[in-house]
Formats: sequence, C-alpha cells, structure tokens
Amino acid sequence: MSAIPISWYLVLSAVLFGLGVVAFVFKRNVITIFMSIELMLNAVNLAFVAFARARNALDGLVFVFFVIVVAAAEAAVGLAIVIMLAQHRESLNVERVNLLKL
Amino acid sequence: MLLLDHLWIILALPLAGAAINGLFGKRWPQSVVNSVAVGSVSLAFLAAAETVREFCALAPDQIPFVGNYFTWMVAGPFRVNFALQVDQLTVVMLLTVTFVGMLIHIYSTGYMAHEGGYYRFFSYLNLFMFFMLTLVMAANLIVMFVGWEGVGLCSYLLIGFWFLKKSAADAGKKAFIVTRIGDLGFTVGILLVFAVFQSVDFGTIFRDVSQNPRSEAVLTAICILLFTGAIGKSAQLPLYVWLPDAMEGPTPVSALIHAATMVTAGVYMVARMNPLFSRAPVAMLVVAIVGAVTAFYSATIGLVQTDIKKVLAYSTVSQLGYMFLACGVGAYAAGIFHLMTHAFFKGLLFLAAGSVIHAMGGEQDMFKMGGLRERIPVTYWTMLIATLAIAGIPGFAGFFSKDAILEAARVASHGNSTIFILWLLGVVGAGLTSFYMFRLVFLTFFGKPRYDEHKAHVHESPKNMTVPLMILAFLSIFGGWFAAPKLIGGIDHFEKFLSPVFSAYAPRVAQEEIRVVNPALPPVPPGYSEPSAGMELLKALTGVPVIVAVLGLLAAWWLYIKSPDTPKRWAQSLRGLYLLLLNKYYVDEIYAALIVRPLLWISTNVLWHVVDEGAIDGVVNGTARVARESGSELRQLQSGNERSYATWVVIGAVGFTVLLLVLLGGMR
Repeated sequence: MSAIPISWYLVLSAVLFGLGVVAFVFKRNVITIFMSIELMLNAVNLAFVAFARARNALDGLVFVFFVIVVAAAEAAVGLAIVIMLAQHRESLNVERVNLLKL
Repeated sequence: MLLLDHLWIILALPLAGAAINGLFGKRWPQSVVNSVAVGSVSLAFLAAAETVREFCALAPDQIPFVGNYFTWMVAGPFRVNFALQVDQLTVVMLLTVTFVGMLIHIYSTGYMAHEGGYYRFFSYLNLFMFFMLTLVMAANLIVMFVGWEGVGLCSYLLIGFWFLKKSAADAGKKAFIVTRIGDLGFTVGILLVFAVFQSVDFGTIFRDVSQNPRSEAVLTAICILLFTGAIGKSAQLPLYVWLPDAMEGPTPVSALIHAATMVTAGVYMVARMNPLFSRAPVAMLVVAIVGAVTAFYSATIGLVQTDIKKVLAYSTVSQLGYMFLACGVGAYAAGIFHLMTHAFFKGLLFLAAGSVIHAMGGEQDMFKMGGLRERIPVTYWTMLIATLAIAGIPGFAGFFSKDAILEAARVASHGNSTIFILWLLGVVGAGLTSFYMFRLVFLTFFGKPRYDEHKAHVHESPKNMTVPLMILAFLSIFGGWFAAPKLIGGIDHFEKFLSPVFSAYAPRVAQEEIRVVNPALPPVPPGYSEPSAGMELLKALTGVPVIVAVLGLLAAWWLYIKSPDTPKRWAQSLRGLYLLLLNKYYVDEIYAALIVRPLLWISTNVLWHVVDEGAIDGVVNGTARVARESGSELRQLQSGNERSYATWVVIGAVGFTVLLLVLLGGMR
C-alpha cells in the first residue's frame, strides 16, 4: 500500500483553510460566515489528523476531539445569536450590524 | 544621674506641648492652652535646672557628658547619631534659653490674650523652644543643623503669625530666604568638615584637630563657611536685612526669637566650634571685622529710627556684632557672657516695648508717645534698668559683658592696628548705643504726651506681663555680677566656669611659638607682657567705654529733654546724612536693584516664559498631543465591521507566519 504523503493532506488543509478565510472576509451573510468558520476549523482538524497519523501519536486526535466539542458549543451559541439577529434586524447582512461603529 | 541619663526629656517637654496645643488647642479655652504651653516650658526649665545640678557633680573627665540615643543615619563612613551633650557652654545656653523662654511664655499669655489663633501662637512658640534646645544640646553638627533650621522655620511661622497682613507675610518670607543664603554656606561647611575629619561629631572633630595638624587654608575655608551661616542666622552684615523686618511679628516673638535666643545661635555656633576657629586666624579676623563693623553700622541706623521696635531691632543687630567681635578676638567667654546678659536686657527691652505698645493700644511710633513715666511706672522702671544695662552703665549686667568684650579687643589690639580700629568702632558703637537707647526712653517716657489722651486709654499691663518684666529687670542688674570680682583684681567667675570648653582644645599659646621661631628673644614668664609706648596708651584706654556711654546718655538727655528742637534743626542742616540713616543706607533698595529685581526678571523672562512654558510645558503637552493624534489615527481601525477585523487578523497571522519562517530560516 502506497501511503499518500503527508504534504498532500497539508496542502488540502491549507486550501480549505484559505477558502474559509476568503469566505469569512468577503461574504456578508452571517450564516455563510458561520459556515466558513466551520470550514476553517475542519481544515485544521484535517491537519491534526494527518500529523497524528504521520507521527503515529494520539495527541493530534485528542486535539481534534476538543475542536469538535468546541465547534459544537460554538454552533449552539452562534446559531442562537443568528436567530436573535434575524428577529431584531430582519436581515442576515453583517454590514447592517454596526451599532458599535464610531 | 536621673536626668543626665535622659537628656531627651528636656527636648520632649516643649515638643509635647507644641503637639498637644497644635492638635487640640483650637477647641480648648485659653486657660487650658496656657497651662499646656507655660507648663511644658516651665517643666523644661526645671528639668534643665536639675540637669545642671547633676552636671555640677560630674568629674571633669566626664565633661562633655554625651547621651547617645540612636543611630540616625549611616552611609559608608558617614555616621550620625542622635546624640545630645552637656558641657559648660550648653549649661549657660540651656538655662538662659529655658528661663527667658519661660518668662516670655508667661508674658505672652497676657500680651496675646485678645488675639485670634491663640493656640497656634503657643504651639509655634513651644515648637521653637524644642528646636532651640536641640540646637544648643546637639552633640554633632547634623543634630545642630536640625535645630538650626527648625528655629528658622518657627521664626518664619511666628513673624508671619498675622499672615493676613501682607507686610507680615512678606517679612516672614524675607527672613526665611535671607537666612537660607547663609545656611547654604553652613551646609557646605558641614560637608567640608566631614570631608576633612570623616566625622560630624564635635568631640571627634575637636580631638582630631588638636592632635593632627591640618592645613590652615582648609580650616579657614571651613570656618568662613560656617560663619556664613552665622551671618545669616545672627543678622550680621551683609545679611542683617531680615531682622528689622521681622519686627512684624508679635512682640513676645521679637523678644524671644529675634533678641534673646535664635539670633544668638550664630554666636553660640562660632563659640562651639572654637577649636577650629582658633586655628584659622584669617577667619577669626573676618569674624571680628564683620562683628565690629556691624556693631557700629547698625548702631548708626538705630539713631534715627522712629518705630520703638525698629530701634530695638537695630540695637540687637549691633549687640550681636559685639558678640562676634568678642569671638573674633578669641574672647569666646566674653561673647557668650554678652549673649546671656543680652538675652536678659534685650528680652526685657522688647517685652517692655510690648507693654508700652499694649498700653498705647498698638501705637509704635515714639514721636506719638511721651510722658508715659507716671502712667505705666512698672514698664518705665524696668525699661530704664534694661536701658542702663545695654548702655553699659557700671553696675548693670551689660556693663560687665560689654566691658569684657571691649577689654578683650583692646588687649588683642596690641601690635595689631586692624583690631585697634575694630576696638575703636566698638567703643564709638557703645556711645551710639547709649545715645539711641536713652533717646528711646526719653521720647517714650519723658516730656509732654504727644498722643490724643482721649483716644488712647493708657493703662499698665496685667500682672502676667509685669512680673516677667520685673524678674528680667532683676537679672539685667545682677546677671552680670559673676564678673564683678575682676574689677577689684579678682577673677571673672563666668569666664572661669566656661574655660574648660574654650581651653581644652585651644592651640598652644602663640607666645611660645614666637619664642620657638625667634630664639634670640629672652624667655618671657607667663602673664607678663613687655611695656611699650603703645601698651601704655592702651592701658590708659581701659575706662573709655564707660566714659563714652555716659557721654551718649548726656547727649540724648541734652537733645531730647533739654532742648528738644535741636534734633530737628540738625536733621535739617545735615539733611543728606539724616536721610541716609533714616532710609537705612538704602540697603534694601540696593539689594532690590542688584539682586531681587534681576532675579525676578530672569525668573519671569527666562525661567518662566522660556524654560517652563517652552521646554517643560512643551514636553508635557507634546507627549499628550502625540498620544491624542496617534489615537485619533488609530481609532479609524475600530470600524465596528468584523470583516475588516478579520482581515487584520489574517494579515497579522500571515505576517507573523512569514516572520517566523524568516527567523527560523535565518537560524538554520
């Protein structure tokens, strides 16, 4: 079995992460932004798993579990915020959420 | 040995009085404030008397008795203990200060009875006693300096006691600032003493200087610097200008601080440092010259003053000059003797003048008094006694002490024409003293009343004011009789008492050194001096001061009783001289033009407008402006738009990653 070199995983992870960043910065819909955050988290997870496999160690996998737990919690809180936002502003456009702006 | 082991008690008593009155006196009635203030000083006097009694039982090798209480500061070889000492000189000062201080406290309870800030006055007065006693009991220069500056502070507070009056507040500031000029010299002198002797302790310094020969130039520098401090504190030329203005303070303050005690601190200090001064002949000559010239100079100003307290102020400056003259010719004991008798009679003169002012309802101009003899007899008689004492009329205290000074100067003038001139100045000054003092008495108490009898309710002062006057009058007569046996060929007991202080570390007699240098001269038995024409002449001059004093008295009598119009005619015909004296030689104006105004100009135009407003404010305001402007630029980043924040985060993360890669790459 020819192993896929670790660099491939890392490149994929970097591409996914980059896509997440770009989406986060350029998208206006708060749901999309939320999704792009998930994308970045999972890109990092992929890197962790790849390293864990390459080094035959478990600590990378432990990190992944933590990230998944935190992402779940974040999704719970974040989606609640999104719902409140939608109720109050009747819009999901982040550019309209600017009360703290100078 | 009860109190000798606890010398600090003498200091603690007035300090406690000051603290209690200062903290709680405001709510207490006058009687309680009186008890605390007078009580603490009286106890201090009793403690001092007991200390002296115990001191007299000490063996000569136990003197000076030093009490070390705690180590105050240590820095390398610099070591200062809070240490007090008692020797014969301290004994004289201790008794004089506490006794005169006690009388003046009692007098003040009457004089200040109707003044606001009663508790404040007594608190300051007690504080002054504390610092003055610290000054005279100090066993090293640093503790002495604490007392020295402390009395200056109290002097400032008490001159400006009526601080709502601008002239009083100004006079307080003037006194403080002018004495500070002298104190600069004093401070440098102390540092120089430490640099040379590696100690500030009196005993160590004196032992050192008497055992190891030191360069005369260094000793001269030290002595001149220390004497600069004395010039400021004791109001000698050219720093005397603050003392006449200090008369703005309440009269008991003038009596206690500006006549009897504080201003004599300079004389005390010079006498205390006698082992150094005696080895610096040039400094001694400077002391003598400053003293004699001041004695004469301020006596001439006193001739024409019209304010009763101003006359006494210039007289004080003049008498302090005599004390320095005595120290300058090496007659320290005579200087201290005059210091003590002066404390009695000048304290009395001020208190009596206060009683006159009290009787006249605040009037201080002698030309608006007159004929008060029958109206206030106690004041009159006591003031007359003090005047006879200061004029040097035989039998009174001032005669013995002033005569001792002029006698010492006369003896020292043998073969030294400079000192002869100083002696002459002293003698003429004595005549002037007699004249202006009797002028004061004649103008105030004799002749016809020159005040509105219906307006001024002339009345004798209450008992608590007149009794101190009477006690001081007694001392003004008998306080000098320690020296009386000398007149009939005996010994001067005062000088004998003090002699251990002034002879223990004295340099070897100059006579012997001359013999060593010039062996051709035959040996001279002690106590014998060669007869010469000059010596004969000097011997003949012994009685001159008394004759001059009587002449002064007669002149005053003739000018102000016999033909009272003459002074006015003379003032007219000698108008220039009269105005010169009346305006005090324009010294205040000269100082204002030469020092004060240039200083103010530099302060305003350079230090204020350029340095302060330009440089200091520029730096402070510039810092604030940089912070404000960079802040207003940076806050543009705080857009509230989280996508722009995210962009910054990305840029930052990328930037750090790149940096990290570069650094790691560089390390490899």
